[in-house]
Amino acid sequence: MKKGKVWKYGDDVNTDVIFPGKYTYTLMEPSEMAKHALEALDPEFALMVKPGDVIVAGKNFGCGSSREQAAACLKAAGVQAVIAKSFARIYFRNAINLGLPVLQSEEASDNLRAGDEVEIDFAGGTIMAGEKTYKFPPLPDSVIGILEAGGLIEYTKKKLQNQAKT
Amino acid sequence: MGQTFSEKILGKKAGKKAKAGEVITVSPDYYLSHDNASAIIGEFKKLGVRAVKAPRKIVIILDHIVPAAAEKYAQNHKTIREFVAEQNIPNFFDIQHGVCHQVLSEASFALPGKVIMGSDSHTTTYGAFGAFSAGIGRTEVASIWATDEIWLRVPETLKIELSGKLGCGVSAKDVILKVIGDHGADRANYMAVEFTGSAARDFSLASRMVLANMSAEMGAKNGYFEPDDKTLEWLKKRARADYDIVTSDADAVYEAVLSYDVSGIEPQVACPHTVDNVKPVTAVEGKKFQQALIGTCTNGRLEDLEIVAKILKGKKIHPRVRALVLPASREVYLEALKKGILEVLSEAGCVILNPGCGPCLGAHEGILAPGEVVLSTSNRNFKGRMGSRDSEIFLASPATVAASALEGQITDPRKYP
Repeated sequence: MKKGKVWKYGDDVNTDVIFPGKYTYTLMEPSEMAKHALEALDPEFALMVKPGDVIVAGKNFGCGSSREQAAACLKAAGVQAVIAKSFARIYFRNAINLGLPVLQSEEASDNLRAGDEVEIDFAGGTIMAGEKTYKFPPLPDSVIGILEAGGLIEYTKKKLQNQAKT
Repeated sequence: MGQTFSEKILGKKAGKKAKAGEVITVSPDYYLSHDNASAIIGEFKKLGVRAVKAPRKIVIILDHIVPAAAEKYAQNHKTIREFVAEQNIPNFFDIQHGVCHQVLSEASFALPGKVIMGSDSHTTTYGAFGAFSAGIGRTEVASIWATDEIWLRVPETLKIELSGKLGCGVSAKDVILKVIGDHGADRANYMAVEFTGSAARDFSLASRMVLANMSAEMGAKNGYFEPDDKTLEWLKKRARADYDIVTSDADAVYEAVLSYDVSGIEPQVACPHTVDNVKPVTAVEGKKFQQALIGTCTNGRLEDLEIVAKILKGKKIHPRVRALVLPASREVYLEALKKGILEVLSEAGCVILNPGCGPCLGAHEGILAPGEVVLSTSNRNFKGRMGSRDSEIFLASPATVAASALEGQITDPRKYP
């Protein structure tokens, strides 16, 4: 388990502030995307984020566009997981499909503060911060296969290979 | 117990009775992508298959940055054209056609009872025609190209019942902004939204598209209107394939029902920087702005341009304001041209741009400088979306934007009956 620092934001963090539309067709490299992560909300973030850090937000994280770069840029920036009260549906799918864990916990969202150090036990469904432990519900079975394969592309590739064999 | 539209259609596709909350696998009827098809092609190539599984189901419409505004965009478009030729994809619409959601509807892929997935969040628009349509990401489209399959959670349904008659100067945009303002940007997250009631039936298909389009701004997976005579009339001339009208049962179970008498709704404005920060126009009157944007997949149709022309006819746009007009499609452009609407708009001082997404997503054709303000008929006002992170976006109806463009400040359109 990797320790990470909390970056705390509010409700309705949308895809335009996570990854502005002006870059969606010009920046393709993950390392380049990472430099602009959360640019319109918090210009400090991309400069200071460390691998393993965790984003903690309120409700409806990732609302707005279907642009996948809004999940890809956080993953490329080294973000270990996003914890929120709720996620916008397309963002939730995109994150899973790219292998970025998205964890729902009202309690963690309310209590974690910017700069807190946390550890996440994905299998056990717990977030540990100092003395406190927060639970998150296990992901639906249907998506665990995708996460285990390392994302949707790898998952589909394996599925197609298996189909070809039979 | 009865079923909702979404339960019925997804169940039908999956070959079993489906209930909200269940996860099912379906083969969609069509899958849309736009300029992001170039990124999808990149993902598709990682899958290790040579050919797409169902080329006739793929619809690609170039609209986001058309014509290409820089070399990178030009390369993206070229990559897409080459792939389309190599894979024999028949349903490709190059840069001259317009915004994907308008073009897909005009070309009548949006048919009652079809399941359409699209790599764009406003794919919800086709619910206006009684289709089930939802947005997904590009990796997911790459996977569908290879497998012709996707897993979906059958959504719960939020019913929005609209009664009464719209007042003068008020339109579908004001109704959906009012609903989003009252209930928040995540009220319908993961859900289907069904628009019903006498006022829903009174809406033209173009107006229904506004509501279905913006149901995405409540977090909805899909929007839906029950097909009626207006839908059938539209399909008579256009339907490209057979279709099935699928409707909710009278005893279907809804997550909730929200009721609105639209006769009480005033013109609305969504203020920076969220779509649910909605106020009546009277509360923001006098706010000065530098750019007006009329168009996009939300409000770039003929009925919108007609309203704008009626207000602008014989008058001049305020000298401080740059008024940009983007008809949603070539079909809309041509009709507006033939009816003399474009002439009225140009004489008033508007800049008529080619059909496409234009500056809505902040890539070209009218980017905002720091400190600038835009009043737009589009659907999103997130910080930095249309340029500088220090600019502001206000969203309103075509009538409000037109009236305000004359005065250089946000203005109640009821002053221009």
